[in-house]
Amino acid sequence: MKTLEATVASGARRTPARGPGRPHTPLPVRPGRDWQLLVMVAPGFLILFVFSYVPILGNVIAFQDYNPYVGDNPLDAFLQSEWIGFGQFQLLFEDPAFWHALRNTIAITAFQLVFFFPLPILLAIMLHSLLSSKLRGFIQTVVYLPHFFSWVLVVTFFVQMLGGAGLLAQTMREAGIQPWSIMTNPDTFIILVTAEAVWKDIGWGTIVFLAALSTIDQNLYEAAAADGAGRWRRMWHITLPGLRPVIVLLLILRLGDALSVGFEQFMLQREAVGREASEVLDTFVYYFSIATGNYGYGAAAGLFKAAIGLCLILAANKVAHRLGEQGIYAK
Amino acid sequence: MSVKTSRPVWEEKPTPIGQALKATVLTLLVLGVLFPMWVILVTSLSSRETITDAGGFVIIPKGIDTSAYETIFAGGAVTRALWISTLVTVIGTALALTVTVLAAYGLSRPRSLGSRWLLAYFLLPFLVYPPLVPKYLVVTGLGLKDTIWALILPSAISVFNLVVVRGFFQGIPQELLDSARIDGASDFRVLGRIVLPLSKAVVAVIGLFYAVGYWNVWFDALLFIDRNDMYPIQRVLQSYLLAGQAPHTSGATVGVTMPPSEAIKMAVVVLTVAPIVAVYPFIQRHFIKGVLIGAVKG
Repeated sequence: MKTLEATVASGARRTPARGPGRPHTPLPVRPGRDWQLLVMVAPGFLILFVFSYVPILGNVIAFQDYNPYVGDNPLDAFLQSEWIGFGQFQLLFEDPAFWHALRNTIAITAFQLVFFFPLPILLAIMLHSLLSSKLRGFIQTVVYLPHFFSWVLVVTFFVQMLGGAGLLAQTMREAGIQPWSIMTNPDTFIILVTAEAVWKDIGWGTIVFLAALSTIDQNLYEAAAADGAGRWRRMWHITLPGLRPVIVLLLILRLGDALSVGFEQFMLQREAVGREASEVLDTFVYYFSIATGNYGYGAAAGLFKAAIGLCLILAANKVAHRLGEQGIYAK
Repeated sequence: MSVKTSRPVWEEKPTPIGQALKATVLTLLVLGVLFPMWVILVTSLSSRETITDAGGFVIIPKGIDTSAYETIFAGGAVTRALWISTLVTVIGTALALTVTVLAAYGLSRPRSLGSRWLLAYFLLPFLVYPPLVPKYLVVTGLGLKDTIWALILPSAISVFNLVVVRGFFQGIPQELLDSARIDGASDFRVLGRIVLPLSKAVVAVIGLFYAVGYWNVWFDALLFIDRNDMYPIQRVLQSYLLAGQAPHTSGATVGVTMPPSEAIKMAVVVLTVAPIVAVYPFIQRHFIKGVLIGAVKG
């Protein structure tokens, strides 16, 4: 099975400019034939240029003492700002708030890798084992739904149910128990954000695994059962190896994204639990750069994050190739 | 997809403990999603007495009281935010769909001029996220701040959706399109008359994905919208429900009994969820196909 991202990454190779044995239109004729295609591509090209490529190139303000007030517009300010080399990075690496945000980010990623990542796999196996397709369809319909909710909505649901004025606290007070704070406790915040992420995306996460499960040859199970393998042995020796390529691929993607943990989720709950527990790299960039107008500093932090992310994804992919898996792109 | 519908003869009977465990987990999951939605909906439709009796949240409804909704729709911040979110969603979805479908077709025809380079150009942003600070500077530099375009334009093309649509277009027999082109139809005509009628389902799903994305926009509004009369609904929901501002509505005049604020708060939540739940059945039929369109290919 070729995975989605593999298809994305190999897309460029899948449409060769000249197929073997196909007549090749000489170049001068092509503009006359293909100009309409170019017109069609133009709006998307332009939007990506302005809102993706310019910002990516705009990262160079990380090497500037970017001052938004020296010019009439950001471009003018960019041209007039002073180049200072690695000064912003030096400041960044000396900033305890930055290291704190980085530590938090890595801790949360690691925590979610252990306590969130395996859950959709388990749920998918469970759903796959259901015999009634009606029941399975109903459960899928319900558990996929929160994926489409915004983070504002998800956090609101949690606050209304588990918060200090929420339903749980109300019920506990009625029962004469002193409710404890779930939504505002910095010590358990890591559990809370993971629970929210699970609530939102556990169902959505099963889709890929369910698809992979349905491609496993049923004869393997029958043969194994005939040879005396019990249900756990079959799961260990057939189901999990069948899911392995997908698991490896998703792990790689997760690692490549290790430094971005649900950004909006943390912004929204920062006031409730405080900066100490909720500061992650993305919120750090927002509060120490955009909110204060210190743009070069935030660009440096963003560039650092992007560079580490790229290294992580390449490294994870290399490991996957070593393990004999396809990874995000074929070797 | 092959899915078992009956237990194969070689499979052992499930243990009662295993069955009970499975049933418990799945029931809890389903209730975990449905129960909060139920409580919020019922509370939003409850009268002051019911809410006071229940102590804040109502689980078992006693009569229906729509005064919270009437207060909200009498005008004020929530009505305006709903209007702005609707505008962003409708314009944004129409624009994003147009841009995506055109680009997907333009990139789907084999051996066209510069197609390899163009494809690489379109795929690269998939791997590199636009960094926050420069993106902020670009949008503000273009003078888009405090306009709905700041919420619409930056996300008017999603590379993921582009790949899905392009993949679908490539599955259409290219000989059909080639012959139409040879017979003198323009590429626009081929797209409009042959390709689009064959791709209604995928276009609908992608459109709904875009619509959900635009309806849910929150952080971009935090970045780019400072005027609170331009807030989309998620921003208003956040300030009422999370930042704890009282939902003030201009519909309340002196002498008129205000519906309980709990009900108004819950009604704002319901109005934010409602469009998602309303389109969900339409997406749900197709999104698995959409998500896996690249996955099962090849």
